[in-house]
Amino acid sequence: MFDTLDMHILEILFEDARITPEQVSVMTGADVLEVRRRVKRLEDERVLIKYPAMINWERTEKEMVQAVIEVRVQPQRDRGFDAVAARIYEFEEVTSCYLMSGAYDLMVMLEAPTLKQLAAFVHAKLSTIESVTGTATHFILKTYKYGGAVFEGKGTDRRLAVTP
Amino acid sequence: MMDYSRIVNQSVRAVPPSGIRKFFDIVAEMPDAISLGVGEPDFVTPGHIRDAAIDSIEQGMTQYTSNWGRIQLRALIAEYLRERFALHYAAKDEVLVTVGGSEGIDLALRAIVSPGDEVLVPDPSFVAYAAGVRFAGGVPVPIPTPAEDAFRLRPEVLRAAITPRTKAVIFPYPNNPTGSVMPRAGLTAIAEVLADTDIIVLSDEIYAELSYGGEPHVSIATLPGMRERTVLLSGFSKSFAMTGWRVGYACGPREIIEMMCKIHQYTIMCASIQGQIAAEQALSRGLENDFQDIQAMVRSYDRRRRLMVDGFEKMGLRCFAPLGAFYVFPSIAMTGLGSEAFCEKLLYAEQVACVPGMAFGASGEGHIRCCYATAVDKLTEALKRIERFVKGL
Repeated sequence: MFDTLDMHILEILFEDARITPEQVSVMTGADVLEVRRRVKRLEDERVLIKYPAMINWERTEKEMVQAVIEVRVQPQRDRGFDAVAARIYEFEEVTSCYLMSGAYDLMVMLEAPTLKQLAAFVHAKLSTIESVTGTATHFILKTYKYGGAVFEGKGTDRRLAVTP
Repeated sequence: MMDYSRIVNQSVRAVPPSGIRKFFDIVAEMPDAISLGVGEPDFVTPGHIRDAAIDSIEQGMTQYTSNWGRIQLRALIAEYLRERFALHYAAKDEVLVTVGGSEGIDLALRAIVSPGDEVLVPDPSFVAYAAGVRFAGGVPVPIPTPAEDAFRLRPEVLRAAITPRTKAVIFPYPNNPTGSVMPRAGLTAIAEVLADTDIIVLSDEIYAELSYGGEPHVSIATLPGMRERTVLLSGFSKSFAMTGWRVGYACGPREIIEMMCKIHQYTIMCASIQGQIAAEQALSRGLENDFQDIQAMVRSYDRRRRLMVDGFEKMGLRCFAPLGAFYVFPSIAMTGLGSEAFCEKLLYAEQVACVPGMAFGASGEGHIRCCYATAVDKLTEALKRIERFVKGL
């Protein structure tokens, strides 16, 4: 059961995971011990998975190739797509993996240091999985927005500075 | 030489310009300024609402509408008020679509006030009421609603202010600038004072959706005997993040709304059709999904509200805990500065813009208005700067 306090906690941490339980307590009026208890529970239930920073790697020196791969697979008896999805997402190159409706089955997002390594992953690892029947690889050229944050260009506040 | 001071209308000339204009000019020159002086949401209008307006332009819907506003919109407003606030108005002749809530205030005053009539204006409150009364030829009579009364209108204060010339009382709750609300018990007491009078209540409920603390907003028009003496004024700006569209509405007894529509017809003609279509989209989507957008917005404001109250209290400034709108109104009395001096010094010293309480009436002196419709990290930084400023005084 999710109540308003859970929603508050999730919305606050989604916006800025650095906010402390003490600050959450101020912002919600809930006791700080209660906030800690809730956070623990949300973590245990794997609602709160991880607290990473959102990084625009394109602004760094790091060399990196990113791609989206559409994967068609043969679902397995009793296990559907889950088993093959697990085989795919266990590779460290895979950053995201989704089951999709539409023309293909899995959408796999990949990251590798070079184009060569990424290509090697697709033909040596991904395509050789037995139930994979086809792939289509799309390279990411530029990130405009990710996880709700605009990467290119500055968010602008167009409001008048002072209004009655 | 033309002496324009004699040419212009004297009652217009006598109204002082809004006291916060100069702050605006100073802030505009400061790139690192954090403005808590805004009066609108920090959300842009939701995409589906913007799309509805764009579609309407592409379809060539570029004409005048009925003076009253599109019947589709009026029907949705009536349904919305019934669903959310248990208010019952006939779409046909008890709902008028206006150019923002502000036009509604002006129309209501002009439709009701005759020269010399008195209109009671709670003090502090939004700057446009007293000016509007003057433009209509009336006399604004401030009724103090001090911090000790939780910035609420007390029945005995209201009763004491009533004279044979009292035509109307402005009822601005949830309140700008204080964030104060009127709970049902307070409304009942006010209704009792007004019961045997012909005084009209102009209830400005533009912030009705922004109510915190679990108690939903109660409109004074829902109290027994009050519908017939209340003009409800509201709009889409604050609850749907639609300030720039300028769409509002007025609801009330047909005889008053018709007079308001007459003025509106000869001065404005109608609200922009795109704004009206956008407003229809806002309401129809909201009625479908139980106004989820508003609920999420209110949760977000509620957190920032607590953050601000806590921040001011911790730095030693008494801060009334508001239960509505998106402003806090802390007392700066302990600093010994007047509100205007405080805001000006703060702006130059720390580049944080607030609005002096006295801009909202004499009872607002000793306070500053801070809008918390701004990102949490900015609010935290602003609180830090204000604290540094206060400590250094």
